[in-house]
Amino acid sequence: MNTMNNKKFMMIDGLPVAIEGEKNILDVIRKAGIELPTLCYYSVLSTYGACRMCVVEGKHGEIMASCSTPPRSGMEIKTNTPRLQKYRRMVLELMLADHCRDCTTCDKNFDCKLQDLAQRFGLKDVRFEPYSIWDDKDESSLAITRDPNKCIICGDCVRMCSEIQNVGAIDFAFRGSKMEVTTAFKMPISETNCVNCGQCAAICPTGAITVKNDTRSLWEDLYDDNTTVVAQIAPAVRVALGDEFDIPRGTNVMGKIVAALRRMGFDEVYDTATGADLTVIEEAREFIEHLENDGTLPLFTSCCPAWFRYAEINHPELYDNISSCKSPMEMLGSVLKERAKVNETGKKPKKTKVVAIMPCTAKKFEIHRDEFQYDGEPTVAHSITTIELANMIREAGLRFEEILPEAVDMPFGIASGSGMIFGVTGGVTEAVIRYVMGSAARDHLADISFTGVRGFDGLKEVKIPYKEDRELSIAIVSGLKNAENLIQAMQAGEVHYDFVEVMACEGGCIAGAGQPFVIGRAKPERSEGMYEADRLSNVKLSAENPVAEGLYANLLAGDKAHHLLHYK
Amino acid sequence: MDNQELYQKIDEIIRAHDDDKPIVAILQDIQEEYRYLPREAFDYLSKKLGVSLAKIYSIATFYENFSLSPKGKYVIKICDGTACHVRKSIPILEALRKELGLSSEKSTTDDLMYTVETVSCLGACGLAPVLTVNDKVHPAMTPEKAIELLSELK
Repeated sequence: MNTMNNKKFMMIDGLPVAIEGEKNILDVIRKAGIELPTLCYYSVLSTYGACRMCVVEGKHGEIMASCSTPPRSGMEIKTNTPRLQKYRRMVLELMLADHCRDCTTCDKNFDCKLQDLAQRFGLKDVRFEPYSIWDDKDESSLAITRDPNKCIICGDCVRMCSEIQNVGAIDFAFRGSKMEVTTAFKMPISETNCVNCGQCAAICPTGAITVKNDTRSLWEDLYDDNTTVVAQIAPAVRVALGDEFDIPRGTNVMGKIVAALRRMGFDEVYDTATGADLTVIEEAREFIEHLENDGTLPLFTSCCPAWFRYAEINHPELYDNISSCKSPMEMLGSVLKERAKVNETGKKPKKTKVVAIMPCTAKKFEIHRDEFQYDGEPTVAHSITTIELANMIREAGLRFEEILPEAVDMPFGIASGSGMIFGVTGGVTEAVIRYVMGSAARDHLADISFTGVRGFDGLKEVKIPYKEDRELSIAIVSGLKNAENLIQAMQAGEVHYDFVEVMACEGGCIAGAGQPFVIGRAKPERSEGMYEADRLSNVKLSAENPVAEGLYANLLAGDKAHHLLHYK
Repeated sequence: MDNQELYQKIDEIIRAHDDDKPIVAILQDIQEEYRYLPREAFDYLSKKLGVSLAKIYSIATFYENFSLSPKGKYVIKICDGTACHVRKSIPILEALRKELGLSSEKSTTDDLMYTVETVSCLGACGLAPVLTVNDKVHPAMTPEKAIELLSELK
């Protein structure tokens, strides 16, 4: 030990491991390459210590939860002893006793931490009877389904909802063996302040909260000869779908997605990044108008539907501050519907349905909002998540790894790099800055990327010069708790901004709840994938996208641009 | 219930506490006033305290002492602590329930006159078996004496 200088060490299973500022011994153990099981521990959330899977044994035989024990120099612990094995198996068995075990029909089959651990610890028999009878599923939400029969009371969703998203739509209720996770007064979740961000479903280790599956009705439309099915793919989807098919994290698989969609029967395939270019143009114009004409400032972005809902419920006073722009998905959807209508021929024209493939669960809610209807029907007929797309690809029997990439369709087949980076926190802002700087931005792309718009801080502040005498103050937040803190500071007069980008999910759409699981895993790789897509695009500025130029000259001419691209 | 009156009362209660807005104490005071926690109080409190509705519900359902449904004019608490239990508190409970048509699921009469519930220990073991009616202690009870007490209350 003398050779180890002043460093602090602890002994894990007889081997010395350095303590380097970890807040608990669990992190030290995992650093040492031991995958200690946990169901309720995430470093981004507060420590709860409820699942008891991470127990370790101390020198004197004491058993402690490693997630809630700080490391001390000289500590000696063991992670695998007969007692610990017995203890963990017992805890698992008790959890399973009261858990609906219809695994084959569960949405989380093969993607369930409880199932994983039962396998890992070789649990073959559950000796105990279930001890509680829970309520029926809550299917009221358009985004998520709650099934209390699969809840293990780990509280991950509760802490996610309140600590990260500042929503608190669900919490524990009652106590002891009657304890459950539910809404206030067991209201249907759709009647609460839930914003549909879906992060509860993303973090749920079991199938107790799952993302709504909307693929059945989509298959029906695909099989219907009288329906033209048009897909649009959001930027963040292309750098995450690969996770589901063992493709290296962050790899851009856009071309493969396009090809797979065609095989499945989609008639046309476009890129939501093209819609994002329209959003940049419209939102930047709106911003400049607010700036020049003493309009309401700051201008908040409106493209994130969970943030939009959050603001609607909690901050109606900000109505005038929120951009009147539709989201890129709705903008492109409106354009596609309008084009279909203009091009309609014959007595009984085929119906056109727009399908959005999104990293997001709140989009499932957004498409049904009154603001986003076209001729009395949702502009976007279906919004499915990245994971739903992966499941459809498997269902169709396509070997995704082997599919050769294809390009999206004309006439909307071009998206700028500005549109691509919408998928990551700061992307909208970076795109708007490029627009506001005009063609000068082309020579300053690197400078803009270093202003502070990139990275994963919950709050990023950027200052950019505007005209000769003005400096624009911009804030970028992701995670609704961070958004709330900013609003509080703003309303207390402590800070002032001209433009605020809000994304409900921490890290932006790449970490959306419709994506393969991301927390503590794939954010840097996915964000790099987005920036690479930007670097590889030959058009960098939204305003220079020839598709956008063409649209403004024709389909969006006159007041149609406002009519189709804005909800206010 | 007149909501405005309720909100005023809640405002008063919150004001009476200091700035850290102790939720449990505030809920206790509301219950003291109304003998239960009215549904309307939750929404108002959530806004006033900046705490989510689900969190307040969580606290209110965690503690046995809080009631979400209206209680009777007379709240009868039968002690079922160890001392009272061995001196036959359960027959008293059963007699009262039978007399009033109540059960373990239904603890308040439809006319909102009586609520019958058990408590774990009232700390009056020397007087066992004991019950309280609106916090007034009645010692050395029997099923017969309990029924008689009911008729006195009427």
